[in-house]
Formats: sequence, C-alpha cells, structure tokens
Amino acid sequence: MRAVDALIESLKAEGVEVVFGLPGGANLPTYDAFYDAGIRHILVRHEAGGGHAAEGYAKATGKVGVALATSGPGATNLVTPICDAMMDSVPVVFLTGQVRTELLGTDGFQEADTIGITMPIVKHSFLIQHPLEIPRAIHEAFHIARTGRPGPVIVDIPQDLSRADIPYEPVTDVSLPGYQPTTEGNQKQIRLAAKALANSHRPVVYAGGGVVNANAAEELREFVTADRFPCTCTLMGLGAFPAGHDQWLGMLGMHGTRAANYAMDEADLICAVGARFDDRITGKLSEFAPRAKFIHIDIDPAEISKNVPAHIPIVGDARNILARLTAEYRALDADAGRLEGWWGRIRSWQEQYPLHYDDPQNGEIKPQYMVEALYQATGGEAIVTSDVGQHQMWAAQYFPFSEPRRWINSGGLGTMGFGLPSAMGAAVAGSDLPVVCLAGDGSVQMNMQELATCAQEGIPIKVFIMNNGYLGMVRQWQELFWDRRYSQVDMGSFPDFVKLAEAYGATGMRCESRDTLVDDFRKALEVPGPVVIDVRVTREENVYPMIAPGQPARDMVG
Amino acid sequence: MGEPATKELLSLEDLEAAGGIHTGRKHIVSILVENKPGVLTRIAGLFARRGFNINTLAVGPTDDDAVSRVTLTLDGALHPIDQVTKQLHKLVNVIKIRDLQPDETIARELALFKVSADGGARAEVLQLVEIFRGKVVDVGKRSVVIEITGTDDKVEAFERLVRPFGLVEMARTGEIAISRGRGET
Repeated sequence: MRAVDALIESLKAEGVEVVFGLPGGANLPTYDAFYDAGIRHILVRHEAGGGHAAEGYAKATGKVGVALATSGPGATNLVTPICDAMMDSVPVVFLTGQVRTELLGTDGFQEADTIGITMPIVKHSFLIQHPLEIPRAIHEAFHIARTGRPGPVIVDIPQDLSRADIPYEPVTDVSLPGYQPTTEGNQKQIRLAAKALANSHRPVVYAGGGVVNANAAEELREFVTADRFPCTCTLMGLGAFPAGHDQWLGMLGMHGTRAANYAMDEADLICAVGARFDDRITGKLSEFAPRAKFIHIDIDPAEISKNVPAHIPIVGDARNILARLTAEYRALDADAGRLEGWWGRIRSWQEQYPLHYDDPQNGEIKPQYMVEALYQATGGEAIVTSDVGQHQMWAAQYFPFSEPRRWINSGGLGTMGFGLPSAMGAAVAGSDLPVVCLAGDGSVQMNMQELATCAQEGIPIKVFIMNNGYLGMVRQWQELFWDRRYSQVDMGSFPDFVKLAEAYGATGMRCESRDTLVDDFRKALEVPGPVVIDVRVTREENVYPMIAPGQPARDMVG
Repeated sequence: MGEPATKELLSLEDLEAAGGIHTGRKHIVSILVENKPGVLTRIAGLFARRGFNINTLAVGPTDDDAVSRVTLTLDGALHPIDQVTKQLHKLVNVIKIRDLQPDETIARELALFKVSADGGARAEVLQLVEIFRGKVVDVGKRSVVIEITGTDDKVEAFERLVRPFGLVEMARTGEIAISRGRGET
C-alpha cells in the first residue's frame, strides 16, 4: 500500500478520531489518503489554529491530539503550538510534510529545516528517511507523546517517501532503549514523605498540572482529605482539587490568593505534586517558603531540585504515588489536632483578605463581574478555555473549577490566541458540556480566523470577549511599574467583533450593561453554532492581589 | 511578561553575579547514545541552550553497532552540571550518562603537532618526543609531525615545551574516557 495509507492505518491503530490541519504541496499525498480515510479532518484556516486545537482536544480528553501541516511555512506556523505544548506538557503529535529527499538542504521551494527549528521545543522528533520507517515512527511518536511527562512529538515526512509503495505491518512494540520513564515511585521515599507529613504542623499541598495529566484528581482529593491538609493549585492545576472545598486555599502565585501565598510562606512542609516551582509561583526565589522542607512528586526527574531543592524527591506517576502516600499516611494515624493552630492562621487570612473588587453597580461591567456572570450563566458546568492576559487571571480567580480538564489555557508559554482554537479542539472532543472561550480583545484577534472553521463545521463554541480596548496586562504593568507611560497598548474599539462574527458566519452579540449580563450570557449559550459575545468592560482595571515581580510572596500588594 | 519589570537599570555586575552553582572541577561526561541521525545535534543543542561551552567533544563507535559513545569535557568552574545531565537523560536517544569522577577514570586523547625543526633544534625536539613517548609520524625538510597520546595535561605540557621551537599547527581529538575496574562506564 502507499506509505500514506500506512500512515492512516497507523493513526487508526492509535485510536485517532480527529485531526486538525491544512494541506499544501509537500503533504498532498497525505491529504489524498485523508480523502476517504474515515478519520475526521478539520480544515483550519491557519496551522497555528490547528496546533492549538489539537492541544485543546488533548487537554480536554487526555488523549493525544494530532495536527498536520505542510513543509516550510506550514511547519513554521506550528512552532508556537509546539512550544506551547512543550511548556505545558500537552501530548500532541505534529505531522509535517517535507520537501522531496533530493531537495533537502538545497533551499527548495517551501523548504524549512523543521526538525532543526523545533529541536529545543519538542519532546522528540522523527525525520523519516525511509518509507518503511513511517508506521513505527507514528507508533513511537504517540507512545512518547502520551507517556512519562507528556509533550509534543513531530514526525516530518518528505513528500517522495510518502508516495512509496510499502507493505504495512501493524507495529505493536516500541524500540526506545533510551526512553524509560520512571512511573512507580520509590516506596521508601513515599514512607519518608508520609512520616514528614505526620510530623508537620504547618503543611501545604501544592498541586500543579501534572495532577491533571496523571488523571489523579481523585487521588489528590483522597490524599488532601486524609487529614486536614490545606491545598492550593497552580494555574495549570485548577480543577485538580475542587474549588469550594473547605480545605481549598485558592490559586497561588503572582495573582493567587493571599491565603495560599501566605500559607506557602509560613509552611513548615510543602508537598508539591506535579508542579515545577515556576517563577510565577515562587516570586523572589531566595525568599520563597523560607521555613519549609519540600516533598516533590514529579514524573520528570529533571524537575526535582531544578528551582527549589527537594528534601524528599519522589519520581513517578502522581496517581500511583498519591494513592500509596495516602495509604502510608493513614497507617501512621497522625494526631489530627496538631493542625488546629495552622488552620486558625489560614482562616484569619481568608477572612481578612478575600478576593475582592469594587462593583459600583451602575451598569458598568467590571471584568471580574463578567467572569462571575459567566459562572452563573453556566452554573460552572462548562469547559472554559482562555487566552493570555488579565482575563485569564480573572478567570482563574473568579471561576471556581470543581473538576479537572475543564480549564484549558496556556500557562507556561503564555500564548495569546490560544483560547479560540483550543476551544474548537475541546468542542470536537465529544463532551456534553458547553465549551466557552474567555478571550481578551487583544488575544482573540491572533487566531480569530478559526471562527470560519467553527462556522463551516458547526462547532458551537461560545467566545466571550472581555473587551477593554487595551492589551490589558501590559497596560497594568506600565501603570504600576513604568510610570503610566502607556506605550502601544491602546487597541481602540477595533474591530467591530459583532460584524466580524457575522462575516465569519457566526452569531455576534454585544453586552454593555451589567444589569442584564447573566441573562444575556444565558441567551448566548442557547444560540446554536459558534457565537461571539463582545462584552464592553471597564477599560482600566488591575488584577489584584499581586506579587510584584522579583518580590517575595509575603509582600503581596492590592 | 519578562523580568525585570522595574525601570531600574541593571548593573553589569549584578547581571554577571546571577550565575548558577558551580562545582569548580573539570567534568568528563560520557554519554551512550543510539546511533541515529541528529543525536549529536540534540546533545549539542542542550548545552548551547544553557550557554555552556563544550571544551572537547569526541564521538565514536562502541562494541555495540547500534550504540555510539559521546565523550565531552566541560569546565565545572564555569557551568552547573547537574541540570544539564538530567536534561540529557530526557533526550529519547540518550541511553546512559556518566559524569566521570577524575580519580576513577582513565582519560586519553591523541594530538598531532607540526613543529618547525631544522638544524640543531631538530635533535632537541626529538628528545622531547622521546621523553613524552610520542612518535614522529612525518618528517619534512623544515618540520616534523609528532603524535602524542595521553591525558590532556600531558598533551598541554608537550605543547608548552615545543611551542618555542615554532609550533606550526596542532590538532587534538579531545579526551575519550573509560572507568577503572570491572564495571561498565
């Protein structure tokens, strides 16, 4: 059979249901095979949209997302989604076309050294050099993308090789002697961690996106409630522990709650699970959690002691380790009363410093209220994607997530334009929940073109644009740290999002009054197909509280 | 948004002081890799990404056709080594990494020296070659080519001694290494 048909067979063997892509010269053979492949192909309008859609699909389902692009500009347009998937550990396989082997390295038309360009931002990559390698490369790419710490894998296929006639043999094994992720978790270390927890008087559980990736939310809840451990999550971990739970401290970090950040600051023991002590969490590293010892549970050994030295490192799968840690901890029968004082301290912070904003109730829509209205309108029963900026932080603060895989955003790379296409990807993943994208007026324009895809395919995403006419987060930093010299952040009231939505074949709506907002949102959610809701919010509003950059957590402002 | 967020100018001293933790010794890192295209680029890329300067690099086959050995040396006084070893482990084609301890390691390199040596100087140069147990592998009217093997210290000592005679050029392989005793490197 043709190598490209073997490629399709390999994708089917991996259980691929949907792919996102855009054809071009170098992947014409692949697209010929997709003509009647029986795999849903969604024709995106820009490869970056396809890449982020594959990420959204992967984040919503936990399955491997797939994005296709042609050589040269097709592949370079994927660079941002690839890097994004690397930073946030998203399992995505990128299939790129490449020029014919005889043209490799000759600056051929639409030639780019895709493997070379992407080398530092992939978990692994394959340049196919013989057509017989294709089925194995696909199988190994999926294996690498989904196992261990998930991440992006590229398979780059020269056009001539994809036209070869090859025998197809299903591949069921992998031959990767250098790739053996540790999943088990060392029992001695787990026992040591349980003992440390039993002896701690001011513990905090700090959970990250790794818990979501490991499908370990239930195990996390079991562990946290094995005692009255206070629990906080990173931006990527939101939903791993139910917001609204009595032991929930809120998100931590730069725009986290004071209770979470102060608890980290005063903790005597921090149990990090699937989190990587990012600079947005630690603030000034030398003054981060100065009294704490650290248990660090992570599947990636390179994360251990990368930023903060771990006293008890445990390398392995969070689900497996948390279950065993809970059992070990329960067996110790620790004195429950020892955490009373600690909770007294935490409660006082929670009472003294709740998240708050001024809501004048004069019809003006405060951006924080917009998030709360979205929560009310959906009852919290939605998958929420976001772009990057102020709206993302307000969503993280004011939309309480109770389940994992309901909050999809770009944390590590901070990719503007992520929200709309990732919502599209999440929406085709087959969940019963509505998929809403909370976007900024700046961010959304970076991948707005995928509205056409949604309209054509009938993908019913609801895009709520928090429109303040500014690149809001940059404006906030210029206001706070650069003497209000607002350099190149004013976007005015362009474009007219309602007309634009209609031009794309979607429904456009505009909201300008606080009083009807929840009802307006409910109506928007009822409209079939893709809908864009342009919400005019207060122009200049800041995200608080805030750890100013380079400052310690206890010096939070706002 | 990247730091620093403040308008304060950063002094060059502060910038330079913000380095990592250093071990202060030379490191010989031995890496077994799958013999596949692009592996060396991936390894080199990891070092480049951290601004590490690789002092020497030697690549060659091992007793197993499917496996190659990369030996590289780094100055630990300049570079924190721990993180980069962990990152190397994450490369799918990397099978094994050893940061070799100097006292448990046999390390050797080969160097070729072209030295101008005519008249009376030639005898002196040849005497040095003998002392260093080197070999003369090419003799011309005005120059000789000398082969020296040994540790990098020995090669460097030889270089210092022949330089005054007129060192035309020099080529070194970089060290390769293997651990002492019965265990595998």
